[in-house]
Amino acid sequence: MNGPRAPERVVATAAAVKAIEGLVAEHGPVMFFQSGGCCDGSLPLCFGEGEFVIGSHDVLLGTIAGCPFYIDHRQYEAWKHTQLILEVADGEPEGFSLGAGRDHHFVIKSRVFDQDELDALRTA
Amino acid sequence: MTDILTKPTQDTGREGGAETGVFVAPGRPGSLVSLKPRYQNFIGGTWVAPVKGEYMKDVSPVTGEAFCEVARSTKEDVELALDAAHRARKEWGETSLTERAAVLNKIADIIEANIPMLAVAESWENGKPVRETLAADIPLAVDHFRYFAGATRSLEGRTSEIDKDTVAYHFHEPLGVVGQIIPFNFPLLMAAWKIAPALAAGNCTVVKPASPTPWSILKLAELLEDVVPAGVLNIITGPGAEIGKALASSPRIAKIGFTGETTTGRLIMQYAAENLIPSTVELGGKSPNIFFADVMNADDEFLDKAIEGLVLYAFNKGEVCTCPSRALIAESIYDKFMERCLDRIKKIKQGNPLDPTTMIGAQVSTQQMEKITSYVDIGLQEGAQCLIGGSRVRYDGELADGYYFEPTVLKGHNKMRVFQEEIFGPVLAVTTFKDEAEALEIANDTLYGLGAGVWTRDGNLAYRMGRSIQAGRVWTNCYHLYPAGAAFGGYKISGVGRENHQMMLEHYSQTKNLLVSYSTKPLGFF
Repeated sequence: MNGPRAPERVVATAAAVKAIEGLVAEHGPVMFFQSGGCCDGSLPLCFGEGEFVIGSHDVLLGTIAGCPFYIDHRQYEAWKHTQLILEVADGEPEGFSLGAGRDHHFVIKSRVFDQDELDALRTA
Repeated sequence: MTDILTKPTQDTGREGGAETGVFVAPGRPGSLVSLKPRYQNFIGGTWVAPVKGEYMKDVSPVTGEAFCEVARSTKEDVELALDAAHRARKEWGETSLTERAAVLNKIADIIEANIPMLAVAESWENGKPVRETLAADIPLAVDHFRYFAGATRSLEGRTSEIDKDTVAYHFHEPLGVVGQIIPFNFPLLMAAWKIAPALAAGNCTVVKPASPTPWSILKLAELLEDVVPAGVLNIITGPGAEIGKALASSPRIAKIGFTGETTTGRLIMQYAAENLIPSTVELGGKSPNIFFADVMNADDEFLDKAIEGLVLYAFNKGEVCTCPSRALIAESIYDKFMERCLDRIKKIKQGNPLDPTTMIGAQVSTQQMEKITSYVDIGLQEGAQCLIGGSRVRYDGELADGYYFEPTVLKGHNKMRVFQEEIFGPVLAVTTFKDEAEALEIANDTLYGLGAGVWTRDGNLAYRMGRSIQAGRVWTNCYHLYPAGAAFGGYKISGVGRENHQMMLEHYSQTKNLLVSYSTKPLGFF
């Protein structure tokens, strides 16, 4: 039986995709890790590919413009009922993340999946 | 130095009355705080321009306007700071405890003599109300330096008699040069938490303040130029991705101390692993604040204290890693207790942080504002009920572009993301529990374990809860006290290590064991 197609767990706005393409052109491939807690918590951290060592329990949420997007497995459990939307906002990043082009940083907005989407994700 | 100590510190620098007037912003006529257009790095006891000559703007969240520039350092500047620290390392490490403690006490005296000036600087750069910096941030920084001045002198090595003729001596030796990365939420106090034990233990340090708050610590450094021996304390400003990384991954540091976000903490530990050095990481939290039914057994001073205990989520606009951001309230008292709390929250005065009657100021940056807004949005999407607040505050005039967010309360359940994630803003997530077992279950149903609060008139219940909550600190019938001498640090993914206590000296020391035989007899093996 074919149910509705499962939605992506992480998506990006056109501006975010464009920023990533700019970063890749400048720095080479990049990766994202969703942070949690404290000062820069809940911002998506962007690193050069391989800069952040991915552990065996991290969860690959998806890829954005060909770049992998990971989250901690415990955080995944708390977040999995929501879709993450990668966006770009004004201002330089405050922490260790690469910016989204000059004077911009990446942010995450979230959307709660509806029941059909949750069902599709469960059976996917 | 004498000038600094004898400088009059009575309440000047205000408009509209010496006792109640609003403090004049740094750099303006009559302000307590002098301001230069541009600040360099503090390296080797002097001011050094960044190698590449680049600067970045420092924005006050009070107005949303840049008020000065600080060095936008690069890895070359990190090396300069490390050079200075390594030059100073041997002499400082061999300086007697008497003299090291004296330097720490002098730092404390100078901060104390300049509390109003530093309090205004801290408030202007961070957005926190000056009544908090005057009463908490800066006096606590003073006390931390004094505490570690005393703690290092009272720390004794141990001696063990292995057998009649064999003795094991244990000495504390400095690590050498350490790197320390400071968060934006208590720029001076968190710096004191880190710098005081590092220096007390005989180390030299290279400090990187947070990108949104690089300046107030430079104001402190201006006061300390002639007090701390050159190279013992070095401060470099710049972006985390560039100099934070260069410092934390440098093979020239012997330890990295970090306070900040959990994933970055993991990155710091990864860098430390590359060099096989220790790290202390103090990370995120989502602290439960638990109110048992008996708090309402009487309408007395204790109930008043408990109500304030809930409202403390708005302390420092919620930008505290131990923010009591999950209130768990006994179902049987919820309606009455929450009514009293909401009434208190309505009375929170928000506005210009330099007004000493302001209770909640501005969020530190536009990024934090956006994050808070997006969390309230997702909380509402998940079905949480907004009991109060929920929006950005817009003022007219000079504060129009500042980053103000209303004290907010969301009612929901513990599986919602607003209950699971640190919002780092004045947003409280409230839920109820039926009994002690459920209170404990909800309290521990979190990734984090930094702080917790327990409120009850029953000492045995308080003890049981305190021992069962998986958090590094359980405030019992109090909250948000940060005295030197009480160990602070996280369980679970809230971090590794403890600060604020004499044990911190051990975390900034090597243990040297001299194993000495006083026997002349050979072992007999060869």
